[in-house]
Amino acid sequence: MRMKLAAAATMALSVMPLSASADGEVNIYSYRQAYLLEPLLNAFEKETGIKANVVFAKKGLAERLEREGRNSPADIVMTVDISRINDLVERDLVASLDNETLENNIPENLRHPDGKWFALTTRGRLIFASKDRVEEGEITTYEELADDKWDNRICTRSGKHPYNIALISSMIAHHGEEETEKWLEGVKDNLARKPQGGDRDQIKAIAEGVCDIAIGNSYYYGNMLNDENQRPAAEAVRLVFPNAEGRGTHVNISGIQLTKSAPNRDNAIKLMEFLSTEEAQRIYAEANTEYPANPNVSPSGQVAEWGEINPDQLSLQEIANNRNAAVKLVDRVDYDNL
Amino acid sequence: MTEAGTSGETGLGQPLLAKRTSKRWLISAALTTAIVALPVVSVLFLALFPEENIWPHLLETTLPRYLITTFKLMLGVAAITLVIGLATAWAVTMCEFPGRRFFEWAMLLPFAVPAYVIAYVYTSLLDYAGPVQKALREVFGWESARDYWFPEIRTLEGATLMIGLVLYPYVYLLARAAFLEQSPSLFAVSRSLGHSAISTFFRVVLPIARPAIAVGLSLVLMETLNDFGTVDFFAVQTLTAGLFDTWMNLGNLGGAAQIATTMLVFVVILVTLERYSRRRQQQFAARDNRDPIRRFTLSRPRQLICIAVCALPVILGFVIPAITLGQYAWEYFDESWNSEFIRNTLNSLFLSGTAALTTLLIGVTLAYSRRLHDTRGMQIMMRLSSLGYAMPGAVLAVGVIIPLAGFDNWLDGLMRDTFNISTGLLLSGSSFALVFAYTVRFLAVSAGSVESALQKITPSMDMASRSLGHSPGSTLLRVHLPMLRGTLITAALVVFVDCMKELPATLILRPFNFETLATYVYQFASDEQLAHSALPALIIVLAGIIPIILMSRSISNTRSIA
Repeated sequence: MRMKLAAAATMALSVMPLSASADGEVNIYSYRQAYLLEPLLNAFEKETGIKANVVFAKKGLAERLEREGRNSPADIVMTVDISRINDLVERDLVASLDNETLENNIPENLRHPDGKWFALTTRGRLIFASKDRVEEGEITTYEELADDKWDNRICTRSGKHPYNIALISSMIAHHGEEETEKWLEGVKDNLARKPQGGDRDQIKAIAEGVCDIAIGNSYYYGNMLNDENQRPAAEAVRLVFPNAEGRGTHVNISGIQLTKSAPNRDNAIKLMEFLSTEEAQRIYAEANTEYPANPNVSPSGQVAEWGEINPDQLSLQEIANNRNAAVKLVDRVDYDNL
Repeated sequence: MTEAGTSGETGLGQPLLAKRTSKRWLISAALTTAIVALPVVSVLFLALFPEENIWPHLLETTLPRYLITTFKLMLGVAAITLVIGLATAWAVTMCEFPGRRFFEWAMLLPFAVPAYVIAYVYTSLLDYAGPVQKALREVFGWESARDYWFPEIRTLEGATLMIGLVLYPYVYLLARAAFLEQSPSLFAVSRSLGHSAISTFFRVVLPIARPAIAVGLSLVLMETLNDFGTVDFFAVQTLTAGLFDTWMNLGNLGGAAQIATTMLVFVVILVTLERYSRRRQQQFAARDNRDPIRRFTLSRPRQLICIAVCALPVILGFVIPAITLGQYAWEYFDESWNSEFIRNTLNSLFLSGTAALTTLLIGVTLAYSRRLHDTRGMQIMMRLSSLGYAMPGAVLAVGVIIPLAGFDNWLDGLMRDTFNISTGLLLSGSSFALVFAYTVRFLAVSAGSVESALQKITPSMDMASRSLGHSPGSTLLRVHLPMLRGTLITAALVVFVDCMKELPATLILRPFNFETLATYVYQFASDEQLAHSALPALIIVLAGIIPIILMSRSISNTRSIA
């Protein structure tokens, strides 16, 4: 472990003056795999000389941040899913940031009004359909997933996963709780198997013939195409951008937030600015086949080939606000137990 | 792992501590217990004063489901571990067949494989794209999953099997120790009264061994309750999974703490059951050491059955996972063997080593204090300090963060106000937090085994030493510890291996840029990239084999074999 990493990281009683912080460093709590960030952080270090340290964890980072309070070594939290991002805002763990660069680079609907979060990338929650067993145009909306026609033909991951919760939250926003509950029961009745695995597993299941349609995030499909072992599975499915003709496809974001307690605040802001620039946005979106948040950057060739995405204009805040209702709804429907 | 065959009392007639001796031992034991019980108390506190009352929703929807699933899982695992554990323990103790001596210790090998690792391995072997189904499709010419039926491994039944395969050694170990301790004359008497071997087994042998088996089973059930890696991967909704869900998806730590409290109720029942079984133990006749076990000589076919019964769990629980991991590790060796891997290995060794020594130190303190003052209060302390073993790792992590961060922030505030300097997060952001969590979690293991080993040392030893003018501390150093050496080494090793495997708490508490072998394995394997994590997984498994061999030797030495 690096000795420089704040007094917190040492057992020695080394005390330091209040204003000093480890020079030339920035500490990141990340829900995103370290390898996705690595190329960017290396580029950042080259440009500024600031070294980034990452703690990657799938769970519990918000709790950790909250308990550490003003002494937390974390400067930045990198999170996926609007509800998780909103969680940190509600727990009052993140700072407002009024920053011209970020405001120029990230459109208004993809950032918090007071700068408590900024989206870096967006991803659509799509329907994957078997090329062999589902006709083009046979399914075009989320609503149709509850159609009897798909009985025993759908696969999804757990209904409790944040990505599905966000989708259900958006359905609640558009249709109200009662109708959404009926819809979810309909989807559950159509499941070919108990919800399990991740989004990639649903695409694999279509390739294996377990089901004919599945729900998943756009970048999983892209990443599978880029992995020679998984390419055949991805090639067995066709992408459907649900509700493209209507209100638009449900999108979610990956975002970046500045902590209230940031010991290396200036370095952290530099990193945030850097990640919103066109060059970084290109690299970052491409690394995970996502849509860049910066409108001046067009999606990478591969992502562009999938066709235009027409994102649902529903405010992300509203999706976050419906989260608890969505979770409870999934519990009531008992979606995960066939 | 606690040894069976000991009473709940020390059985010492007179107190070993004269009134005028200081209460140092008692005070240090009380302090230790308080520190260890801190995380448990923190979680309970959180559960009692949650920010949002989620009970109505939980009770109405998910909690009954979590309870039923947990109950089913525990029942299933109990059945599997009992059947495998008892059958194999009986075979290697009472029957003579080729390979018996090998199986004596080989039966313990699955212990070395963490449940989540075995789950990853069998998923990669048995899923649609794995070698088993691929071969079947080739042989029968099937095209897709629609053409044939194959059991789903990612189910409650699958999780039951996986967990059962790596936990049955608890039952095997304790049942075997109990069978070894039994007086063969009992068996002979029963046979002479006209009972068959089978009937004798159920009427005489099992009832006498029951307390020991209950101890083994309660350990199995606690481990089952604690499992996160497997149920997470298989999407089986146990209380632990529900706890994570409530905490991570609803962001409701209070609700999670409430589920944790529900789990603690389970645990208290298990602990009580275990204690109760041990209390019964005193009534049984001490066995007569001059009377060695005479093993049955079996016919050929029966010998083959014995071999098959013993070989199957070892093959499924150890050989197949080890070979699979070995193959992957070999293929990806150049990719895996890098500076990062070496650093993670060193991290694991350092953390587990430190935690093993700490638990040993505290375990000895507690057990010896109890020997000096065997009071009701001391017994309660022992029990409190072993509660951590039953806390699911994730809950424990929360329980550790709360007091440590509280302390850090308090100290920091104090220093800022008085000297205008910041001490920062002294404890909660460092590996201290991890060692602390491990210590709380595995103290029961070391304290339990030290306690039961101490009880086997006659008080006259203490008296002789003390009458020669030695203090309690000096007596411990000169008399007890040398006699306990084997136990201490074994206990430390078991804790060491448990720490190497520990996952949920490590994930939440580890400092910046810090991975252990277990977190590294989880990161890749849960992303279905088992091949990349095979080498570290293999190291965890190999480390786990060492204490197994030592443990089994110490049991074999408990009796002379004719």
